[in-house]
Amino acid sequence: MFATFYPILFLFILAGIIAGVFVFLSIFFGYRTKLGRKGDPYECGLKPQGTTKDPVPIKFYLVAILFILFDIEVVFLYPWAVISRKLGLFGFTEMIVFVIILLVGYFYVLGRGALKWE
Amino acid sequence: MISISSYVIVAAVLFGIGTLGVLISRNIIILFMSLELMLNAASLAIIAFSRELNVIDGHVFVFLILAVAAAEAAVGLAMVITLFRNKETLNIDRFNLMKW
Amino acid sequence: MDLTSASINFSIIYPEISLLIAAALILVSVFHKSANRIAPYIALIGIVVSIAMIFKQWGHQESGFFGMITCDSFGVTFKLIFDVTALLSLLIAHRYMISKGINRPEFYALLLISTMGMMVMANTTDLIVIFLGLEIMSVPLYVMAGFAKRSLWSSEAGIKYFIMGAFASSFLLMGIAFIYGASSTTDLRRIVADFHFIMSNSPAYMLTGMALILVGFGFKIGAVPFHSWVPDVYEGAPTPVTAFFSVGPKAAGIAALLRIFIFGFANVMMLSTVFWVLAVLTMSVGNILALKQNNIKRLLAYSSIAHAGYILVALTVGGNDAISAAIFYLVAYIMFNLGAFAVVTLMETRSGCKSDFSELVGLAKVHPYLAAVLTLFMFALAGFPPTAGFFGKFYIFSAAIKSGYIWLAVIGMLNSFLSVYYYLRVVKTSYFDSSDKSFIPVKYSLSIIIVLVITVIGTLGIGLFPQQFLNWSQSALFAFL
Repeated sequence: MFATFYPILFLFILAGIIAGVFVFLSIFFGYRTKLGRKGDPYECGLKPQGTTKDPVPIKFYLVAILFILFDIEVVFLYPWAVISRKLGLFGFTEMIVFVIILLVGYFYVLGRGALKWE
Repeated sequence: MISISSYVIVAAVLFGIGTLGVLISRNIIILFMSLELMLNAASLAIIAFSRELNVIDGHVFVFLILAVAAAEAAVGLAMVITLFRNKETLNIDRFNLMKW
Repeated sequence: MDLTSASINFSIIYPEISLLIAAALILVSVFHKSANRIAPYIALIGIVVSIAMIFKQWGHQESGFFGMITCDSFGVTFKLIFDVTALLSLLIAHRYMISKGINRPEFYALLLISTMGMMVMANTTDLIVIFLGLEIMSVPLYVMAGFAKRSLWSSEAGIKYFIMGAFASSFLLMGIAFIYGASSTTDLRRIVADFHFIMSNSPAYMLTGMALILVGFGFKIGAVPFHSWVPDVYEGAPTPVTAFFSVGPKAAGIAALLRIFIFGFANVMMLSTVFWVLAVLTMSVGNILALKQNNIKRLLAYSSIAHAGYILVALTVGGNDAISAAIFYLVAYIMFNLGAFAVVTLMETRSGCKSDFSELVGLAKVHPYLAAVLTLFMFALAGFPPTAGFFGKFYIFSAAIKSGYIWLAVIGMLNSFLSVYYYLRVVKTSYFDSSDKSFIPVKYSLSIIIVLVITVIGTLGIGLFPQQFLNWSQSALFAFL
């Protein structure tokens, strides 16, 4: 009965291999620095020390708002993925159209420069 | 076995809390959370009915409602940011330029 | 399940698709340097193509997307109404946006997407699709209300509209949830087919659901007691956006109300009493509060509440006559209300003007034609013959009297007498008042002139040939009731 779980085991092994390869590659090709923010305990752009009332740069909010949108839209991919075989080519083209509409939004965001960090 | 009425009561109570929150809270962020609570109460009711009636449609509706809620949240938060830049406050009692 | 394109029937949403493609093109065009200049033209082309598609659908009776979208003459009529509204609002907006320095391409994309949402809303008998259409319509409207993001007024209007709009949508959704729970479907046609069974089986869920849906739409069309957001949002939003607000979402809300309460839940006796109270309250409160306004946009906001009340009279009465009168009234109202807003927008294009009554003083001396046009629209809003406004009210009230709602008609007529006072105040201020400040001349633009010509022709044309337009709006009801 364990045979049904082999694909999952395979997935775990694959995930482990990929993660390991990336860690390994970054040791060889990565650019390493010991300066500046890199040494901070919490290196996500926020100052680790100081008052908590400091205003956070607006860029964080912007990215968060965009993330909500694109993240939630993916929810429509799940039901499609479950029955994508049954839906066949028609379902596939519909999904392509949906993704194109999402892409329009993405291109708009790019064109307005909302994802530029500097 | 929990009957359908329990779910409906929970949904109605959540909806009531959300409505109350919208009506009495003075901070826009809390107001938004109350709005989301109202939408989610409706989603809960739909899911419960869908399960009870054995009609799968309800699950799909909830997906749609989630997307709608996300769009509303994104627009609302963006507006709060512009408003905060203009006014430097989130207290809705201060948004009183227009009165009759 | 048959999944060919024939069963989906894409042809019934071609008008929506053309609007969507135009909006997508505008959004992608932001990469280009002159996006600001080309966006209005893309939007214009999108709307014109959409109108052409609507004429191809005329008289068809189809349904697609597994019954979730219907395309009947009622829906097609409303599609045309929304497209004309969008076209006129676009023409009103263009020069204003440039003069206020907010001519960004997003505005036109939002306008198109919002119009698309209205079309979806009017062309379905499925409650959940109505909800989705409502959201597609509303979310861009929130952004449009707050479009002048440097202006305190505009951003305050945006946030107020957002809060009230989202609040209303939640009520609507909760109502749909209850209806779904009672009837195990959201398709109004199936609910109608089993109505007595559902009603006797779970009356509590059905009635709660109806009440919540009514509250949701009450907010959207600005019916009293859910009207408190209307004046603030109308005053704060950029004027062309207000013009769009005052007709587009209102027409869409009325279309959905007609579908749900006249087609769907027609057999509930209690509803006509509820609508009676709503109609009387909306007419009276709108008109009474309009009396003391000193800002034209605010005055038009209260007047739009009152006009929603007149249309609610038609909804109370129900039946073929009243509903065709309601559609007639909506078309007429779009003509003269957008015309009035075009004049207000033109006045506001001058720098430093906030649509106060005092800014009207001297209009008749400097711009006699503009003053005459404004007078025509005010007469139409007040309901003087031979304008479209008179016949709109006449058909609604005569339908009410025919169905035995004498008191409702009397209250409605008293209200329109009351409204004459504040509409004529606008005329009086522009003709007879004097002040020491000199009137700053306005600059006409081609687009505004086109709007004024169309709306004047519409207001007078519907007024002079009312029978033809009544026949047209009756044909919209073919296969609806």
